Amino acid sequence: MADMKVAAYICQGCGLGDRLDTAALAGVAKKEGKAALVREHAFLCNAEGVKMIRDDISNEAVTHVMIGACSRRAKTEAFGFTDVCVSRANLREGVIWCQPETDEARETTQEMAEDYIRMGCAEVKKMTLPAGDPAAVTERRLLVVGGGVSGMTAALEASKAGYQVALVEKSGALGGWAAKLHKRTPGKSPYADPQDTPVAEMAAAIEADANIKVYLDAITSKIGGAPGRFEVEISTESGSTATEKVGAIVQATGFSLYDANNLPELGYGKSANVVDQAGLEALAKAAGGGAIKRPSDGGEVKRVVFVQCAGQRDDTGKHLAYCSGSCCLTSVKQAMYFKDANPDIDTVVIYSDLRMPGNGEDFYRSGQTKGVTFTKGKVSGVEATGNQCKVNFHDVILNDQAVIDDADLVVLATGQVPNSGVDIDTKLKAEIAAAGGDNSLMEAYNASQAEGAVKPISMLNLNYRQGPDVPQLKYGFTDSHFICFPYETRRTGIYAAGPVRRPMDMVQAMEDATGAAMKAIQAIENAGLGRAAHPRSGDLSYPIFRREGCTQCKRCTVECPFGAIDEDEQRFPLFNQARCRRCGTCMGACPVRVISFENYSVETVGSQLKAVDVPDEFSEKPRILVLACENDAYPALDMAAMNRNVYSAFVRVIPVRCLGSVNTIWINDALSNGYDGVMMMGCKHGDDYQCHFVKGSELAGIRMSKIGDTLKNMALEEERVSTFEVAITDIERVPQLINDYAALIQKIGMSPMKGF
Amino acid sequence: MSDKYRNNFLREVEEKVEEGHWVKMCMQCGVCAGSCPFGPHWAHPPQEIFMMIRAGKREEVLTSDSMWMCTSCYNCIVRCPRKLPITHIMHGLANYAHRLGIVPKNQPTEHFATLFWNNLAQTGRVNELKLSLGIYFRDGFAQGVKNAMAMQSVGLGMVKAKRLNPMELFGGHGVKDKSGFHAMLKKAREIEDRRKPIA
Repeated sequence: MADMKVAAYICQGCGLGDRLDTAALAGVAKKEGKAALVREHAFLCNAEGVKMIRDDISNEAVTHVMIGACSRRAKTEAFGFTDVCVSRANLREGVIWCQPETDEARETTQEMAEDYIRMGCAEVKKMTLPAGDPAAVTERRLLVVGGGVSGMTAALEASKAGYQVALVEKSGALGGWAAKLHKRTPGKSPYADPQDTPVAEMAAAIEADANIKVYLDAITSKIGGAPGRFEVEISTESGSTATEKVGAIVQATGFSLYDANNLPELGYGKSANVVDQAGLEALAKAAGGGAIKRPSDGGEVKRVVFVQCAGQRDDTGKHLAYCSGSCCLTSVKQAMYFKDANPDIDTVVIYSDLRMPGNGEDFYRSGQTKGVTFTKGKVSGVEATGNQCKVNFHDVILNDQAVIDDADLVVLATGQVPNSGVDIDTKLKAEIAAAGGDNSLMEAYNASQAEGAVKPISMLNLNYRQGPDVPQLKYGFTDSHFICFPYETRRTGIYAAGPVRRPMDMVQAMEDATGAAMKAIQAIENAGLGRAAHPRSGDLSYPIFRREGCTQCKRCTVECPFGAIDEDEQRFPLFNQARCRRCGTCMGACPVRVISFENYSVETVGSQLKAVDVPDEFSEKPRILVLACENDAYPALDMAAMNRNVYSAFVRVIPVRCLGSVNTIWINDALSNGYDGVMMMGCKHGDDYQCHFVKGSELAGIRMSKIGDTLKNMALEEERVSTFEVAITDIERVPQLINDYAALIQKIGMSPMKGF
Repeated sequence: MSDKYRNNFLREVEEKVEEGHWVKMCMQCGVCAGSCPFGPHWAHPPQEIFMMIRAGKREEVLTSDSMWMCTSCYNCIVRCPRKLPITHIMHGLANYAHRLGIVPKNQPTEHFATLFWNNLAQTGRVNELKLSLGIYFRDGFAQGVKNAMAMQSVGLGMVKAKRLNPMELFGGHGVKDKSGFHAMLKKAREIEDRRKPIA
């Protein structure tokens, strides 16, 4: 690489020139920042300012650019130079907008700005330009696992977008659950009547599509590789195997119905006239449009009772705890099977809350118009009485113990159980629960490991160090960032769609599959360019590790939330770049600090925090380091500044990719350099996490909980290092947190570690 | 075979009660019950009445005095998310029960409504004096005198303001063509009975 030449640019626009002594800032960049070239400009982000920087890059051989202007989140296009390293000193949002515009505040405001210039210069010098991955390849072909409506939709959508698809279905025909339905709930206006399922039409379209190759009676027996270069072994029932090379995978393995045999109190198994929703579909299909007969004796059906939430929304822990979000629609549809054939058949739906997603309210209204009776109640039991059933329930509206003693047919709306394969974290979850005093999970885990126990079947058979399936969050549904990246599983390049991701109906599943197919295509293209997937989409850097320093402690392989790191034959970590999301959790985990990115490393942050000028103990000017997650906390700080919410002038903020990337050495360095406190701002963790890298903030929390000993050794108070959960909307709260913390530091006093 | 949770009574209501076809569209949100200024005094708020109809509780509904409590403030109609004309259904149910003759004895609203109607239907004009006296003396002569004494100042005020004529006690005013008026009412009754027959 050519010699490094650092140029610093200081903007005077947006009031920076009035509020700050920019000549002094230029002096700091020159003297302390050791910038070879320092320029001030009245309006740096305009065409003229940008041209000035461009000219310096071409004519003066500038390789590293430090821009002292606005936040790194602003003017990304103007300052988006891809051929040089760029760091940004946040003088606008980070200094003048969050500081009071008073004469008294002038001194501390200027100090703040000078520190950010020092930090920017220090950071940029430690950066190198990401070279990208010259070996990046990609296969413009998708694997879709599951041939139900979700899988077929994904395959057809991908094909329409010009990508080839291998579709693997474990049964002998396409269609999945939808193929078992007599009719489907309506997917288009006026949402009044059951419609024919789209199965035949879609299967025909797939057959006619040259881009889609279908494997029936087949499973994926082995998947290895990474986005862009997955190698998939497909085994068919007949014993033959095929190999497919694909760029990305859509997992649409769907759901199974909750086993109604667990519900003897609702009469299932005791009377042939008690069926689950699948059972009724089978009866309707068998009737082929004619009258549905009573299963026990083929008698006429005059009265049908639908029991909603059968084995669902259960708080006793015996059955499903959640709502499957589709069974109410299904029951209305099934009641219409009867009402449409003969309006004199009485149909009663006993519900606890009718939940009609999408345009279901119109469908509900249609059901009411057709004379389906809806009763809010809780069924306590179903008894068989000859060829009829007695349904006992509590009518909640009338507060009445009611009985329907002549039901010819009782339909139980049992819920959806995801087909998500092996829960690779079972043991981990059991250990966490056991640590909290709950041994039930551990017992279940031990039982599942006992000899002769039925092992769960893997859906994908991933050849990953971390396990054969994608991680699950709760109730067995695949883990994904629910709000921001719903289809993205924790295995890059593998996208979950349909009821395996969360319970849903057909309309939603088709929407889901389309979204997942599009994300899979994005992954394929990103892999070809060696770029990261979200949230650092476009990032060309990836973890580089210094093999000779590695102690094979395996923390990086274990902690990587995305299963990106395997082990090679010599048990060193083996990074799969295309699987990596560039969060830096491995870098934060590494006790010997051998992992870094070209543009983000222990050094880039470490040198920044060391560059800050720490006044002596008697100055009454403490220094507080804020390590803020760049996804939520840093934007929250920026937005607080936009609203001119003032916060302490003693903080110095460094954005980090994720709190998971925070290496404890930074905390050590900060404290031994005389900082009085360290605030770490990350996202919410737990079941309803907000962390963009899923586990990063949680891991940071665990690491920091163990930092107490270090503090004790340094004879420092525990409060000097604090972790906060911050959301992007905490615009009022973040300045408050900072001010409260600054007050706390004031109270416990200045750090004794200054000046060493 | 029980009639509970069958559609029999619902069908009857649909056929015979004014606006009865709306009952099945209630989604049991309870906004009507919460909006009714008389809510706490009803045995069964509208939401419950609709559910009772769907549960087939014919006797309980028709002999209830709940629908007689409606003051026609129209709060429920304004607020019903399903746009049910609840006030009208309440009056429809009350009217149906009245026609069947199974209203609870001495139901005051029914008493007043009947009094008012008979008073009006006689001459085509309301005879305020006879109407007031009819209400005052509803619970016997002694109570009637007490009521009249209590309302004395109001009555005298009305006389002074020429809103009440004591001479109305003997006949009173009416429409010009009384027999035509009666024929009109009779015809309306016939049409109404054809539209929503009782039997």
